[in-house]
Amino acid sequence: MKRVGLWVGLGLLIVGLISVGRGGPAEAQAQKTLVIAIGADQTGMDPQTVQNNESGFVMSTIFDSLVNYRPGSSEVGPGLAESWTVSPDGKVFTFKLRHGVKFHDGTPMDARTVAEDLDRAINPNNPCFVPTRKGVDTYDEFTFGSVKDNSVAKMTVLDDFTLRFTLPDPSAPFLSSLAMIWQGIMSPAATKQYNCDAGQHPVGTGPFKFVEAVRNDHITVEANPNYWGGRPKVDRIIFRIVPESATRMLMLERNDAQILADVPPSDYARVQNNKALQLYKQAGLTILGVAMSNDLGPFKDRRVRQAMNYAVDKDAINQGLYAGATTASQGMPPVLWGYNKSVAPYPYDVAKAKALLAEAGYPNGFSTDMMVYANPRGYNPIGGAKLGEAVQSYLTKVGVNVKITQYEWGAYLARFRRQPWEGFAIAGWSGDNGDPDNFLGDLFEWDIANGRARTNNTSRHHSPAFDRLIRDARRTTDQTKRAALYEQANKLLHDDAAWVFMNHTNQVRAARANVKGFVLNPLQMFFNMELVSLE
Amino acid sequence: MATDVVAVGVRRRRVAALSWRRLFSHSSFVVGAAIVAGVVAAALLAPLVTSYNPIEQSFRDQLLQPSRGHLFGTDEFGRDIFARVVYGARIALIVGVVADGLAAVLGVALGVLSGYFGRRVDAVLMRIVDVVLAFPYLLLAMIVVAILGPSLINAMIAIGIVYTPQFARVVRGVVLQIKEEDFVEAARAEGAGSLRILGRHILPNILSPIIVMATLTVGYMIVETAGLSFLGLGASPPTPEWGSMLATGRSFMLTAPWIATFPGLAILVTVVGFNLIGDGLRDLLDPRLRGRQ
Amino acid sequence: MLRFLRWRLLQLGPVLLGVSILVFFGMHLIPGDVAQLLLGDKGTDADLQRMRHQLGLDQPVYIQYFRFLGGALQGDFGESIRTRQPVIWEIEQALPVTVELSLAALAFAVVAGLLIGVLAARFPHSALDTGSMVGVLVGVSMPVFWTGILLLIVFGGILGWLPLGGVVDGSLTVRRITGAPLLDGVLTGSWPIVWSAGRHLVLPALALGATAMAAIARMARSTMLDVLGLDFIRTARAKGLAERRVVSRHALRNALLPVVTLVGLQLGLLLSGAVLTETIFALPGLGRLAITSVLARDYPMVQGVVLIAAGVFVVANLLVDVLYVYLDPRVRYQ
Repeated sequence: MKRVGLWVGLGLLIVGLISVGRGGPAEAQAQKTLVIAIGADQTGMDPQTVQNNESGFVMSTIFDSLVNYRPGSSEVGPGLAESWTVSPDGKVFTFKLRHGVKFHDGTPMDARTVAEDLDRAINPNNPCFVPTRKGVDTYDEFTFGSVKDNSVAKMTVLDDFTLRFTLPDPSAPFLSSLAMIWQGIMSPAATKQYNCDAGQHPVGTGPFKFVEAVRNDHITVEANPNYWGGRPKVDRIIFRIVPESATRMLMLERNDAQILADVPPSDYARVQNNKALQLYKQAGLTILGVAMSNDLGPFKDRRVRQAMNYAVDKDAINQGLYAGATTASQGMPPVLWGYNKSVAPYPYDVAKAKALLAEAGYPNGFSTDMMVYANPRGYNPIGGAKLGEAVQSYLTKVGVNVKITQYEWGAYLARFRRQPWEGFAIAGWSGDNGDPDNFLGDLFEWDIANGRARTNNTSRHHSPAFDRLIRDARRTTDQTKRAALYEQANKLLHDDAAWVFMNHTNQVRAARANVKGFVLNPLQMFFNMELVSLE
Repeated sequence: MATDVVAVGVRRRRVAALSWRRLFSHSSFVVGAAIVAGVVAAALLAPLVTSYNPIEQSFRDQLLQPSRGHLFGTDEFGRDIFARVVYGARIALIVGVVADGLAAVLGVALGVLSGYFGRRVDAVLMRIVDVVLAFPYLLLAMIVVAILGPSLINAMIAIGIVYTPQFARVVRGVVLQIKEEDFVEAARAEGAGSLRILGRHILPNILSPIIVMATLTVGYMIVETAGLSFLGLGASPPTPEWGSMLATGRSFMLTAPWIATFPGLAILVTVVGFNLIGDGLRDLLDPRLRGRQ
Repeated sequence: MLRFLRWRLLQLGPVLLGVSILVFFGMHLIPGDVAQLLLGDKGTDADLQRMRHQLGLDQPVYIQYFRFLGGALQGDFGESIRTRQPVIWEIEQALPVTVELSLAALAFAVVAGLLIGVLAARFPHSALDTGSMVGVLVGVSMPVFWTGILLLIVFGGILGWLPLGGVVDGSLTVRRITGAPLLDGVLTGSWPIVWSAGRHLVLPALALGATAMAAIARMARSTMLDVLGLDFIRTARAKGLAERRVVSRHALRNALLPVVTLVGLQLGLLLSGAVLTETIFALPGLGRLAITSVLARDYPMVQGVVLIAAGVFVVANLLVDVLYVYLDPRVRYQ
């Protein structure tokens, strides 16, 4: 008798475990909660001291910058500053700040408090000076210039609501850089309270307030009812950390998550065929390619580099592996102004490739190496190894034998960026601030003052004509003039064939169909979440 | 991991006479042998079994379901999965043999040195073994691979190193017993040097536990190396290694489950085969080895 | 007994020291620059220099080691390079989840394994025996990450009976006492949390414990069979005792001995197996922390995790051995 009871009890327990709690989490709430599934945890939420995407995702709901990107675009519009003026010589930027805005901890937002926060970016005597803080990676020098080189911006508080920056050299990209999430304004009271690093207790002026972060599990933010941009339409956002993409997909289908920050190309069809879900696609602010060592080996000859571009069927790869990413033809994506629309990608032409190789003195091809990494990157959702495999098989057909070596990401970076490698390497870039200089300058410019390639010019591309165009474009503030200069530079770069230009991956996210007002922006951050509602 | 092997305090037995008849009357051994024979055959006869090239890509044939043209379907590069699984058998067997061989050789060396020379040598070597055992094995393997560079060979080396302590302990135990036996004493009294004693008396007697342990652990070698590939630290593209196929296939589990399922089944079947052989050998060579610790 | 205990405790020190050397120099041998990894695709030479200096990477290696050792002996493992939080704090957040998972997996493995093994031995060569042994053989041969993914997709995805990962439902807030969700739910008397945490624990515990369960089942079966063939059992049966009594009272206790040591060995495997299970089921445990840290070259973090894990392993094995000696005083150790 006892035994039967035991089995019955066990059975009931099992049934109970399965059935109870099956109703989705949303039912338990009177509150409207939006769950966003991300792949990794944040590593700190102080905008000036982190650089990784996941931290950015969370911070973009908590902070505003002096200027913000307009919803859905990389163009700069008002943020904490209502308006601004730029002097004719392009060196002085004066901002007029909004009235009546408070940080989440009650500190009033005005020129003094904003200056207090930004002071730690430019003043080496500030006890919390960011660029030299231990273990910190920051965009402060990128935005404001370097103290060491004496090229740092000067900041002046003109009155309670007017802030002025004076740059040593005219630099048009300055505004775009200010709009980045990495220049979000943190409450100086919080910075002081937490010993210069409020990364675990972020306080901003944005549409949502920080509530809690459980390591590797989730981060919760709740609506800021007094947000100057309008009261958010959901009460809470929870960022859930889920490393497996298949699991995230299942969560979306079960309504355990309402937005996925990341959708691999293999899942696009699944989302599109499901009426309860919606796929969001936007041309990405990225570029992906296979860099060649422009100064070493057969690649010194431009014809060889061009031959490589003809030898690979980029459209097939982009259709097959990247679910229709736009094929690249130049050094920056079409979504960015300054793109040269009259330059087309290199077509797939094996005969032409072989002819060029023969002309350059390699009628039978040659052997070389390729470095790849395994993990996916923002600009390369399928990882470097797969792209390498695909390219390798095309190159074999024109007689170029490629030996692929896979490196773990850290080792890869060390080789790719530090050592004079030869051959091919998977290269890519995500735009930081939405300015063309961030692509063409960073990736392909030669640092004339120091006689070597700029740090991110890993292919070691060197063209004086190109460099001149880039420098001139940096100094003008007239956007039309700049655009014309960048278009010329793009044509030059295309002909130079510094990389095998591959594609610009789309930014793709997925959400439940009842999520309204959700808009992607090229910088990939969760800006303007106050506009999002759940029906 | 192999767990249930040699005993402490078991009476020494001579290596049991291995008669083929006894072996083949043991049903699980037969089944295991058949499976492993199948895997070996697939590996050796791969070009005959399938006409597809396991590394050739074809973007027109991506993600096709299993059909008559493609028995196991195709993957995201359009490669035939049946071909990749069959050629992958070669890799799996090499992995098993190399990693296992490394662990066995290192383990025998450590165990023999430790057991035979005793005292301080034993203490030092066994502490080293303890250190490796206490280290979380997957992390140790990851670190070794990170140091050597992610490749299949390095993954094999890493797994071999990780499994060495087990072999070392087993061998040491056996050596300790044999060392005290009469015939060894007699040989020493006759003036035989250490090397001779080791070669003639000790080594033949550790052969059978080693064989059993090796067959029992081959399967785990394959699985663990697959695990490393799963983390991106194993085979490089376009090698058709079952573990890395599982790793890439898992993102397609909802849309194209055949990509991961067949390599997974292949791993399963192969490991089962080796385990059965190992069980059979153990039961027959020394039934007392079963079920004791 | 005491002498034995003292001798084993004495061994702890050198072993842990050895582990610290192995992990420190292992991590430092990995090529690639930690500072570069942190800065990722971007970052200037100046940034790199500065970071290397701040992280103490420009010191000779042995000085770095002694600095690490000195700190470790005081319980300070430094700061995580990736998150800049104290390593101890990061471990404190993650460890309870892993311990809870491992214990759940172990409980499942022992209970289910013993049950299956004993039953199979009770009815040798029956359909139950053959069937369960085949099932168990399959269980021991499947890679844990595959088992995990299958379970997740079948029970979480297709059938929808169980959650898809995480520790509790997103709508619940766990008041943190120990950091182990189920335990915290019990301690705070919150039934919804206990229920939710329990449901979230089922699949990962199954996946993690499957291999151990299989090993225990096989071991239990074979030792039971041996014991059941022994003289004193025949005597008991001759005396007319019910078969069930024979099995449970007399045979079981003797058969348990080898299983105990087996459990000890499995502990180490569980801790390592947790690494893959936690990744698949999105559990914020030590295993996931370890993987992320190794891949990011976050060596203070890896050092801390490995030392803690090794410590736990060694102590757990010690306890198991003590248990073994307690259960069977016939065993002698050198």
